Amino acid sequence: MRFSMIPVVLAQMLKKPFTNKFPVKYAPSSPSRFLEKVEKGEIKINPPVPVPERFRGRITYDKDKCIGCRLCLQVCPSEAIEYKTEEKKIRIYLARCTFCAQCNEVCPVSCLSMSNEFLLSDTDKYSNSLIVE
Amino acid sequence: MRGASKTTYQLPIGPIHPALKEPVMFEFKVDGERIIDVDVKLGQVHRGIEWAGTRRNPIQILYLAERICGICSYCHPMSFALAVERAAGIEVPERAQYLRVIQGELERICSHVLWAGVAAHEIGFDSVLFLTWEIREKGLDLTEYLTGNRVTKGITMIGGVRRDITDDMVPKVKQALDYLKEKIDKVQHVFLNDKTIKLRCRDCGVLTKEDALKLCAVGPTARASGVKKDVRLDQGYFAYTDLDFDYVTPDIITGEVKGDVYDRVIVRLLEVKQSINLIEQCLEQMPKGDIVSEPKIPKLLATLKRVNGEGIGRMEAPRGEVFHYVRFTGTGNPYAWKVRAPTYNNILPWIPMLLDQQIADIPIVAASTDPCMSCTNRVAIISNNKRYIMNSEELHRLSIEKTRRLSI
Repeated sequence: MRFSMIPVVLAQMLKKPFTNKFPVKYAPSSPSRFLEKVEKGEIKINPPVPVPERFRGRITYDKDKCIGCRLCLQVCPSEAIEYKTEEKKIRIYLARCTFCAQCNEVCPVSCLSMSNEFLLSDTDKYSNSLIVE
Repeated sequence: MRGASKTTYQLPIGPIHPALKEPVMFEFKVDGERIIDVDVKLGQVHRGIEWAGTRRNPIQILYLAERICGICSYCHPMSFALAVERAAGIEVPERAQYLRVIQGELERICSHVLWAGVAAHEIGFDSVLFLTWEIREKGLDLTEYLTGNRVTKGITMIGGVRRDITDDMVPKVKQALDYLKEKIDKVQHVFLNDKTIKLRCRDCGVLTKEDALKLCAVGPTARASGVKKDVRLDQGYFAYTDLDFDYVTPDIITGEVKGDVYDRVIVRLLEVKQSINLIEQCLEQMPKGDIVSEPKIPKLLATLKRVNGEGIGRMEAPRGEVFHYVRFTGTGNPYAWKVRAPTYNNILPWIPMLLDQQIADIPIVAASTDPCMSCTNRVAIISNNKRYIMNSEELHRLSIEKTRRLSI
């Protein structure tokens, strides 16, 4: 066929758009008011595309289990982990984290794990929501 | 004006230009619409990755190497791992060899399909761009399912891979491969039979076999010119020696080798099909066993700390041969790390390709080698805030100095 894309394009016109409009179809005029309404339950959020199994999201840290062996500091490629000398525990800066889960694998007591949480944006890279300790 | 001689015009394109996806500087000399001279200037995106690597241990470098290139985010760390394994004498289990092939071929599928879309976009055929990227989406979904991430996969480990493909995952992988196979046939039909693509790509940006050999072109660029060169077959790393496949040259479909952009399209599309076939072969033949030779990372790091020696890792990336050299002196961190990305070899072939072409063909000819500039840029020479170009004597002197430094 000389112009073989034409049937494909015509068929495409009848299909539903693939994009998942997360969290809402149109940007709200005021995000803070929008969030208030969501909290009250007036507006429903369009759910995100589900993450796959074994997804590497925000790190969770079980502080009580940690023995302070510092192995995770050795393997972290972006030096996102800080050692708190007095407490003998660690602090993870998510703004630097590359989500490779190498620290999870090296941990001898499995106190680190990856969750499914991926909404991590913040205006301040040192904000409390981006520091795990 | 009477008596004035006909002059040529200088046409600079880049470093930032809508037709180029990444920063590279072209200086063309044009006579009307015809290009009569080309000069390429590199070094716009030097990031000092090799330097940063010498301050990290091999496990950390895996993730740094992953960030050399966004599309070849598997080849670079894997090639580095090959180099380290050779330096340290680490044996990789057989199952890991097969898993490595699967990941590598999956990356090739994603990369080539992405390239097909970009090439279509460069000639203004945007409906094909959306068709190909729809397929790539499935390829990325499969990547995400197998590795946990869509782009920076984090699957490489020295002495194996980090994630296994268990038996319950196989049906889903096969289903995705069937989808890809069906859709690739559709894309191939569009690329091979559509008039628009033939008009723009046939006899455009020709690289002859002699030039390809002389200028050391690699990967699909070389194979499209009829050079049978493929590290997977020539060197036989991973499990490639156990798999059944052959060099892809455009004459399989057209019966002749012209070395133009159209041939490069054919080679890449055929390679996608070959990759799907290779993954299927791997899934069938894969033996049971370990996926990594040393699962305890502290022990692995201790082994690597004692290594004193050098190693190279060669691998066929989607764009051609990628080469990593690493040297350890017993400190744990590499003393030297050298990366040669495939685009480095495919820069000089641009010059014969672009000569005598029209200005409007620059984007598609430049894109036809699938360039990746930020992977290539390993050096930028600046003195007193000014860039300057080194001549061959200076380079030779530096080269001798470096060899002496490395051979202590």
